[in-house]
This record gives sequence, structure tokens and C-alpha cells, in this order.
Amino acid sequence: MVDLLIIGAGPAGLAASIEAASRNLSVTIIDEFTTPGGRLLGQLHEEEKDVWWNGVEEAHTLHEKAQENGVELLLETSVYKIQQEDVYWSTHTSAGIYHSKALLIATGATEQSLPLPGWTLPGVMSIGAAQVMTNVRHVKPGEKGIIIGLNALSFAISRELRLCNIDLEGFFLPPDHFLTTDQAKPLSVLNNLMTLSHLAPMNWMRLGGKIANNNRWIQKQTLSFYPKRGINIWQTPVHVRKAVTSINGSTQVESVTVVDLRADGTMIEGSEENLEVDFVCISGGLAPLTELIGLTDLKLIAIESLGGYVPVHFEDMRTEVTDLYVAGNITGIESAKVARAQGVVAGISACIHSFNLRNDDALEIAMEKVRKERAEAKLQFHPEIEKGRTLLYSEKGEVQYG
Amino acid sequence: MNNFRITDHPILKIPSSRSVISFTFNGVNYNALDGDTIASALLVNGIRAIREHEESGQPRGLYCNIGHCFECRVTVNEREGQRSCITKVSNGMDVQSSKKLPTPFKKEEAQYG
Ligand SMILES: Cc1cc2nc3c(=O)[nH]c(=O)nc-3n(C[C@H](O)[C@H](O)[C@H](O)COP(=O)(O)OP(=O)(O)OC[C@H]3O[C@@H](n4cnc5c(N)ncnc54)[C@H](O)[C@@H]3O)c2cc1C
Ligand code: FES
Repeated sequence: MVDLLIIGAGPAGLAASIEAASRNLSVTIIDEFTTPGGRLLGQLHEEEKDVWWNGVEEAHTLHEKAQENGVELLLETSVYKIQQEDVYWSTHTSAGIYHSKALLIATGATEQSLPLPGWTLPGVMSIGAAQVMTNVRHVKPGEKGIIIGLNALSFAISRELRLCNIDLEGFFLPPDHFLTTDQAKPLSVLNNLMTLSHLAPMNWMRLGGKIANNNRWIQKQTLSFYPKRGINIWQTPVHVRKAVTSINGSTQVESVTVVDLRADGTMIEGSEENLEVDFVCISGGLAPLTELIGLTDLKLIAIESLGGYVPVHFEDMRTEVTDLYVAGNITGIESAKVARAQGVVAGISACIHSFNLRNDDALEIAMEKVRKERAEAKLQFHPEIEKGRTLLYSEKGEVQYG
Repeated sequence: MNNFRITDHPILKIPSSRSVISFTFNGVNYNALDGDTIASALLVNGIRAIREHEESGQPRGLYCNIGHCFECRVTVNEREGQRSCITKVSNGMDVQSSKKLPTPFKKEEAQYG
């Protein structure tokens, strides 16, 4: 029996463990991955010129601090069931059952897929899979690839693939069907790109984002003047009017078929073209990984700007279920710095609310830090993230907890 | 063996002294480096098809690479259903593809049986 058990050794779980253990709680973290750090491990972004956010190093720093504070870490161990008994939690894992007074679920996010013909062929993978292959495993996913899906994550990772000298044919839209909806519509994709102007190295988009956001006429003009050969982001052409209609190959990926689109997203017949590639990355966006929440009494609520269904929780990472806490991307899709800051909050909060530690101003300072990281985030996954948070945390929020 | 192994990188430090280990996949011997997962070791050995779909027999490879999708299932030292993307290779490990399963009650196959 430990005081606090944490599921997930990502930035949120690790940061929480350090706070709790340094306040004398006994803490165990369980993670099914091979290395501590979660999705932080694959991250590599240039935040300012020559200043890199190096996820492996950040993860290493957190892991070392956790070790110094006596946190116990169990890797390659999967949690498949959690259950609240009278006064403690039982966590069922591939290596047996663990008991703890308090439980923190910090399982992070999962990638959403964009199914299309041929997507089960070996060589087709999620964009995050390619990121982990290069930056964590140090293996290239292939010689030449193509990226389906235009969003913050695919842009960031394309650059990481380029750093490994991997050839990329470009970014293309997915085919338009009921599962892809807005991600397959040139106009909405372009709009979304403009809201990502902080990422885009193109001034016209930055400007465009401000002016065009609510002006359909400007949006349409931008789309019709969008160059046919695409616009390069970090040397990779971005096509907002071309979609991949199928992935082809007998036993693995050999090529993709792409087609030109009209501004309204309909296909131009006869424009089909085959491009030879040996791997395909699908980037359908991120969603909170909430499976384990379904085993508790905690309610989930859908908030689009947070990435989908998130567990109902307070800003101090407590939930309505006694001794149950959440932190990181399970509470909404944001960058690793926000997740880490949320972990700090959760660690302190657990000490106060489950172990009667005196509530000094550490908790409020930690919550303020989350707000600051959120406001200053270099990589934002949704332009209205702050609105989503306000909705969730406001005392009498419009959210119906029903 | 292809040249997918990344040996230098402009920002990341790539460890250079990893020892060579060997494992078998479907009975064939392959080399890997200490720290590889089964999935990454197969990829550098030019193998993308990790298992067969249990009903159609079609090849499947890794998809998410972080343990979420279960597309990369293999049998490791006789333990079925292990995810090759989050399982490290070890020396002498025996890895088998998950194979197509019989579907005796399916109409088309009944005709031949
Ligand atoms: C594929 C992918 C790529 C991403 N790339 C970026 C990026 O480039 N830049 C960026 O800013 N953000 C990126 N993100 C967002 C990322 O979620 C956050 O940056 C941050 O890592 C979230 O931290 P976290 O601690 O909440 O979760 P994570 O870092 O995801 O850590 C969660 C941990 O929980 C473990 N876990 C989950 N379920 C279980 C279980 N049942 N049993 C045992 N262990 C479990 C996982 O193995 C994982 O190690 C990415 C997310 C994903 C999914
Ligand atoms: S590739 Fe998804 S679980 Fe291994």
C-alpha cells in the first residue's frame, strides 16, 4: 500500500510524483512504455531561433528528480482496471494488483485516425508513430513518406522527420467522408492553418489569420490563389487542394493516389496521380485517453477545444470522486509544459486533499503557473483552449454536470 | 538490413555503443541493437509486416508505435498478444507473428472443407 499511485509517467505524472514525494508521500508510478517520459520523449521543437525544446532531455530531468525523491517507477506494466474499495484504490496491472490511498490518472492523449482505402497496409502509421520511431528509437520509418492531415502536430513532426533526412512528398488532405468531415474540407483546413499562425513560418498566414478569421470572402480568395504546387513549411509542400484517395501496394505501401480538389472539396475528375512512397503518416489529431475513467464514477464531458471527452475535474486537479485526481492531456490536449505544470498542481493537491497537508500558497502558485504556461504555449492544439478551460472551471460554468 | 538506422542527428544525442543482440522472427535469425523494440528491430531488418489479420490473413504492421492500437501483436517466447512496439528485444528472444485463425463456420470456407 502506497500513499499515491500514479498511472502514466509522462510530464504530468512525473511532475506530480516529485511534488508528492518531496512532501513525504510514498509514491509509485506505473507506465506501460519502455522509458519514462510519455509523449515528451518524441518532442523536438525549435521554440525560438536555436532554442530547442528537447523532450528526451526534459524527460530525463524529471525522471532524475523523481528518483532523487524516492519515487518508485514500474515500467513496461499496463494498467487495465482500477477499483475504489472502502478506503483505498486497487490498481490491476499486468504485474499484479497495487493498492494506494490516492490515485492520479495521467494517461495522456491518443491519436485519432483517418481511415481511407489501403490504410491497413504495413507502412501506414500515425504521425506520432513516425515521431517515436525517429526520435526515441532512432530508426527511420522509411525512405520517402507522405503526410495525410494538416494540423499543428503534423507540421511539428514533419520538421523532426526532415531533421533525420527523410524525404517527404508533402501534406495532403484525407478523402472527404463521414469520419474525416472538416479535416477534408479545403476551406476549414485553411482556416485552421491560419489560427496556427504562431507555428507557420509564413507572414502572410500570420496576417491572414488576423484578417481572414471571420471573413468568408477573404478566406475564399486565399483558397483560390493558393499555389498549385503548395506552399512549403520547413521544406515540405503543404497542399490544401489535394487529397489522398487511396494507399496502394500488395503487401506493404508502394504508392498513394492523390487527386485535385475544387474549393468546395469536391474532386476534379481525371486529376488522379500516383506518387511513389514507402510510408504514409496519418495525422487525425489528438484526443484525451480516458478509458480508465470509464471504470470509475467520474463523469466525462465533451468539450471540443479540449480535444473531446474529458473527465469532469476542478482546476486543482481534484475530481468529484474522493482521492481521485487527473492531470495532463487526459484533461485536455495541450503542450507538454502545460501538462507538466498540471502535474505539479495535482501532486500538491493530493497532499492537501487526501493527506491533510496544510494548504499554504503553493497550490495557488502552481495553478497560476498552469495559466501562464497555457497563455505562453508555443504549440497550441486548439485556438479556443482557454475558453474550454473557463467553461470547465468556472464556478457556475455553463457546463451541465449531468 | 536497410539503412534506416539513424546514426547522427543535428540536435539529438544518438548513443553509439549499443551492443548487438540477436533474436528470431518466425524462425529466422535477425540482429538488433540493445534498446530496440521488436517493432523497431524488425523495421531496420526490412520487415514491415508484423502479423496476419486473424480473419483475412492480410499483413499488418505497426500503426501507433506507443501501445494504443494493438496492431503490432506478436507471440513472444510463447506468450501471445504482446505489443511489439512497447516490448524490448532481448538476446535469444523468440518472436512469432500472430497468424490467420481458422474460420470453420464461415460460408465460403465451408465449401472447400
Ligand atoms: C503521439 C503523440 C505525439 C505528441 N506529440 C507532441 C509534440 O510533438 N509536441 C507537444 O507539445 N505535444 C505533443 N503531444 C501531446 C502530449 O500529449 C503532451 O505534450 C504531453 O506529453 C502530455 O503529457 P501527459 O503526462 O499528460 O501524457 P503522456 O506524455 O502521454 O504520458 C502518459 C503516459 O501514460 C502511459 N499510459 C497510458 N495508459 C496507460 C495504462 N493503461 N497503463 C500503463 N501506462 C499507461 C503511457 O505509456 C504514457 O507514458 C503528443 C501526443 C501524442 C499522443
Ligand atoms: S503499433 Fe499500436 S500497439 Fe503497437
